[in-house]
Amino acid sequence: MDVIERVYREEFGRVVASLVRRFGDIDVAEDAAGEALLVALERWPVDGVPPNPGAWLTTTAARKAIDKIRRESHRDAKHQAALMISDGTPHEPTGVVDDDRLRLVFTCCHPALAPEARVALTLRLLGGLTVGEIARAFLVPETTMAQRITRAKKKIAGAHIPYRIPEPADLPERVAAVLTVIYLVFNEGYLSTAGGTSVRDDLTAEAIRLARTLRSLLPDDPEVTGLLALMLLTEARRGSRIAGGELVPLHEQDRGGWSRPLIEEGHDLVRACLALGRPGRYQLLAAVNAVHTDAPTAADTDWSQVAALYAHLAALDPGPVVALNRLVAVAELDGPEVALAQVDRLGGPLQGYHPFHVTRAELLRRLGRSAEARTAYDTALALVDNPAETAYLRRRRDQLAG
Amino acid sequence: MSQYFLAVNHDEASIAEMETMTVEDMQPMFEAVGAFNEKLRAEGAWLFAGGLQTHDATTVVDNTGEAPVVTDGPFSESKEYLGGFWIIEAADLDAALDWAKQGSRACGGPVEVRPFQEG
Repeated sequence: MDVIERVYREEFGRVVASLVRRFGDIDVAEDAAGEALLVALERWPVDGVPPNPGAWLTTTAARKAIDKIRRESHRDAKHQAALMISDGTPHEPTGVVDDDRLRLVFTCCHPALAPEARVALTLRLLGGLTVGEIARAFLVPETTMAQRITRAKKKIAGAHIPYRIPEPADLPERVAAVLTVIYLVFNEGYLSTAGGTSVRDDLTAEAIRLARTLRSLLPDDPEVTGLLALMLLTEARRGSRIAGGELVPLHEQDRGGWSRPLIEEGHDLVRACLALGRPGRYQLLAAVNAVHTDAPTAADTDWSQVAALYAHLAALDPGPVVALNRLVAVAELDGPEVALAQVDRLGGPLQGYHPFHVTRAELLRRLGRSAEARTAYDTALALVDNPAETAYLRRRRDQLAG
Repeated sequence: MSQYFLAVNHDEASIAEMETMTVEDMQPMFEAVGAFNEKLRAEGAWLFAGGLQTHDATTVVDNTGEAPVVTDGPFSESKEYLGGFWIIEAADLDAALDWAKQGSRACGGPVEVRPFQEG
């Protein structure tokens, strides 16, 4: 990526958030940030990248916004007056608490917006992705994505969704919505759901960056730390996850290919969040991943710890998916027969969830029940869109005896 | 400050349920709504509120043609009918949603929040 484009994308969320605070209007902020990029593309190759490019872009964009608002006669006196208030707040350099971006994250992830619009707006306004890039990430036509984003921005303006950090009483519920969005972005990148791509590195990187920002703002929220740890420990295994276009399951992965720095950072974060004594979904999932990444070989995995963590998670989130994940550990502890009987009892609600059929297929294989295993692989394959996962499941099915 | 319309909708099932209730059954709801209305007034958020008679008391007037046409019954067959509403003033949507949470609790039904057009 070109250096100007890289700096611009890194600074985009900060510039837009600062302008939204100042002008109270997302469209004005977004357009002005775009115009500032044009100026940067013209000036930086001649003058060099300024020492504080974020401040430069914000100042340039603010000037463009003021020019534009002055030209527009339809703006009311209140809006015009807002321009005359000088902005005394200095631009915050990277690393300190960035309240403008936090405000904007909470706006983008407001519960009054549709969940798919929250993800799209967050990627657009904080992540600086273009509408076209977001449309491709979620495999919808660009016009559909443009409408979705436009509609959400109209609702923010029309219904007066505030740019504000929620009241302390509402904060836990509102942070949860933000974490859901970040984890959705990550998962879409980690295992793309359709369209011939298996992994989208740009989306996983963006989700991790947003979680890091959120954590710098809310360092004492254990679930924020837990989600960052979970994503880092998952991302650490990326290099070993796909080989020859085929998904490699955890127990077959080349552990030498895992990223040690990410694992170490993830383990530190897991310890830090669990020490706060307020366990939650992301912390427990991160802890499961810490157990896996702690084992030098698959055989060294502490399955009783994994089962205990999932049991704890099931107490917080008593859904069938968590129960299914716990049974994978149970199969290692008590054998495939015990696990299969319990997996089959989960049945109904998981019929459309392909990991349910993959788990059954693997357990049936271990019990030597090849014909039933083949049927279960076929059922799973009919539900899977990811090409690397399809390739892996086909091979497993075709290796069955008989 | 912005103005919001807080609507309480009734469907056939909830209307049927209300018809089986006595005034005494409804008393706690009336009191809760009364207290909520008082709070709206005390905090300066109140603009207007009212409960509507059931939809079979509706008359439709259409004067878009050559002569006005008056007909019995609601405008269109719908699953839901407006049962009552508040019009409030609030700083932003979060403040309006906070009132709606209290209103929903008081009247015992979901509340739809819609901003008014401005200007």
